[in-house]
Amino acid sequence: MELYVPILVLAALSAGFAAVNLLIAAVAGPKRYNRAKLEAYECGIEPTPQPVGGGRFPIKYYLTAMLFIVFDIEIIFLYPWAASFDRLGIFGLVEMVLFIVTVLVAYVYIWRRGGLEWD
Amino acid sequence: MSLLASAVLAAPAPTPDIPAPTIEYGLLSPMLLVFGIAVVGVLVEAFVPRAHRAAVQMPITLLGLAGAFILTIVVATQDITPASGQGWGKLAAMGSIGIDRPTLFIQGTILILALVSTFMIAERRTDEGSFTAQAAATPGSAAEREGLLAGATHTEVYPLVMFAVGGMLLFPASGDLITMFVALEVLSLPLYLLCGLARRRRLLSQEAAVKYFLLGAFSSGFFLFGAALLYGYAGSVQLGAIARAVRLGPGGQYATEVYGASGQFAQVTVGSNALLMLGVALLAVGLLFKLGAVPFQSWKPDVYQGAPTPITALMASCTLVAAFGALFRVFYVAFDGLTWEWRPMMWLIAILTMVVGAVVAVTQTDVKRLLAYSSIAHAGFILTGMIAADAAGLSSALFYLAAYGFTTIGAFAIVTLVRDAGGEAGHLSRWAGLGKRSPVIAGAFAFFLLAFAGIPLTSGFIGKFAVFQAAIAGGATPLVVVGVLSSAVAAFFYVRIIVLMFFSDPAPDGPAVVVPSVFTSAAVALGVAATLVLGVLPQSVLDLADQAASSLFVR
Repeated sequence: MELYVPILVLAALSAGFAAVNLLIAAVAGPKRYNRAKLEAYECGIEPTPQPVGGGRFPIKYYLTAMLFIVFDIEIIFLYPWAASFDRLGIFGLVEMVLFIVTVLVAYVYIWRRGGLEWD
Repeated sequence: MSLLASAVLAAPAPTPDIPAPTIEYGLLSPMLLVFGIAVVGVLVEAFVPRAHRAAVQMPITLLGLAGAFILTIVVATQDITPASGQGWGKLAAMGSIGIDRPTLFIQGTILILALVSTFMIAERRTDEGSFTAQAAATPGSAAEREGLLAGATHTEVYPLVMFAVGGMLLFPASGDLITMFVALEVLSLPLYLLCGLARRRRLLSQEAAVKYFLLGAFSSGFFLFGAALLYGYAGSVQLGAIARAVRLGPGGQYATEVYGASGQFAQVTVGSNALLMLGVALLAVGLLFKLGAVPFQSWKPDVYQGAPTPITALMASCTLVAAFGALFRVFYVAFDGLTWEWRPMMWLIAILTMVVGAVVAVTQTDVKRLLAYSSIAHAGFILTGMIAADAAGLSSALFYLAAYGFTTIGAFAIVTLVRDAGGEAGHLSRWAGLGKRSPVIAGAFAFFLLAFAGIPLTSGFIGKFAVFQAAIAGGATPLVVVGVLSSAVAAFFYVRIIVLMFFSDPAPDGPAVVVPSVFTSAAVALGVAATLVLGVLPQSVLDLADQAASSLFVR
């Protein structure tokens, strides 16, 4: 049972941290409401109301999300490889370089075709 | 201190090196080349100026496909004995990929058919090509007009096709269900995208892409769920291990070597039959969707109609071959011991596919939808050969796939040529009297239709004869009766189009036949030549299919 005590302490600490912060913000923070503050998310496109016909979705968000996924996946593979780099030997290194180069090709394509320019 | 903590705190044993997996680069070279060319194609898109991209992409794509075909032949001429000592072939890449004679036949067929489809993709004389100038622009908007006037084209089509073809090569070669799923996605995702790139009727094209994507994602889910249940049953996703688990039956035990820990074995207990049956059914849904068997056919007419016609040709030929190849491998290798269980299910699906494909085609008025329903009916005919579940059935299905692929690409190539002001003249009434205006094109189309109907002296006759013969030898005579009857129904609407083309008066504002460049001409000519040669002198290809099928899939 004593194994779980640190976890319980951590849970209590983080819940307390969140509660105290909310309390401080409610008591001490200035309240200047505007339209953006009342949105569900303060960035991105407005989720509601939907424009007639569904509206057009700015492609930039999509590109950024895709790029994020590409590198997210790369990191997922890099971590286990890095953790047992010495045990995987030359084969692991070569395979990893091949993998990174392939991902890099996608990156180069996006970069050259202007996918990284916001405007 | 509890037991768990002491186990965690104990000094870790020195970990041995993880052995490097062996990868047979020579055997995999056709696939590696196709994927390599696809990556080069992406780099071309990144660095070559817009004006020269098409001129660079087209030759490297064609050379890549031709080179991969030559490599396939080189692999096929090698002397490779599997671990079992019988037959021909090898499980490459630690059992993930099976290279054997049927697979090489399927891969060779896919590469040749992809090459011919690429001819159609490269055609620029019909309306500056079949692909949209700017896929991201709203149909009918100023941005679209701007792109059209600037003469922009999406040369990304070439690398996308190469990625799709690479996935198609891997799909029937997969030795385990995970590789097969990855291959399924690699072949599907570029196709979803390509479906939405039509130059004319862009809303229809985008609708096709969305429908294909949603239904395809759904069927991928079925496939994955089936794979998970089969893993629960067999304790492995390898097709050979699933076959072994089926032989052992529920409760049976087998030892499997733990990878990376030499000499250590894990004991696996085979799960209950409910897992197996559900797994087979769900996996079958995923595979049958891709080849458009009834009741999983609903996407096919919409997608075939909306997609750019060269892509429709690619899907109707290469994707069908790849999907059947994967179906053969799964059912002949993993579910080999279950033939009596899956056969009734396949009987029903084959009958439904043939009947629905043929009967619904009669009511179609759009030529691409008609060819889509014809493709559904043909999938049913090939399924009758597959049900025999022996070398003769496999051989006849392989021949049928190769023969049908050439014919259908030729037919779609002609569809791209018959055009009026709105692009391709899709409605069948517009084809009236075409034979009087352009007898050569109408004659070639009539020849393809006769091949679809299975008239002697065409490859369609030999193919149907072979699958029906194999089905009768396999004891599926009722299936053959249904097949012949639905062939007769199908022949009705094929002949109706021929009558329409040759014995009706052309409309005064009827469509004109575009004089194609050498590319589409080559696609049509190859289609006619293959349909004729495989119909008159089929023996060499039949022998090749026999030889491919006789050694069966490696396990």
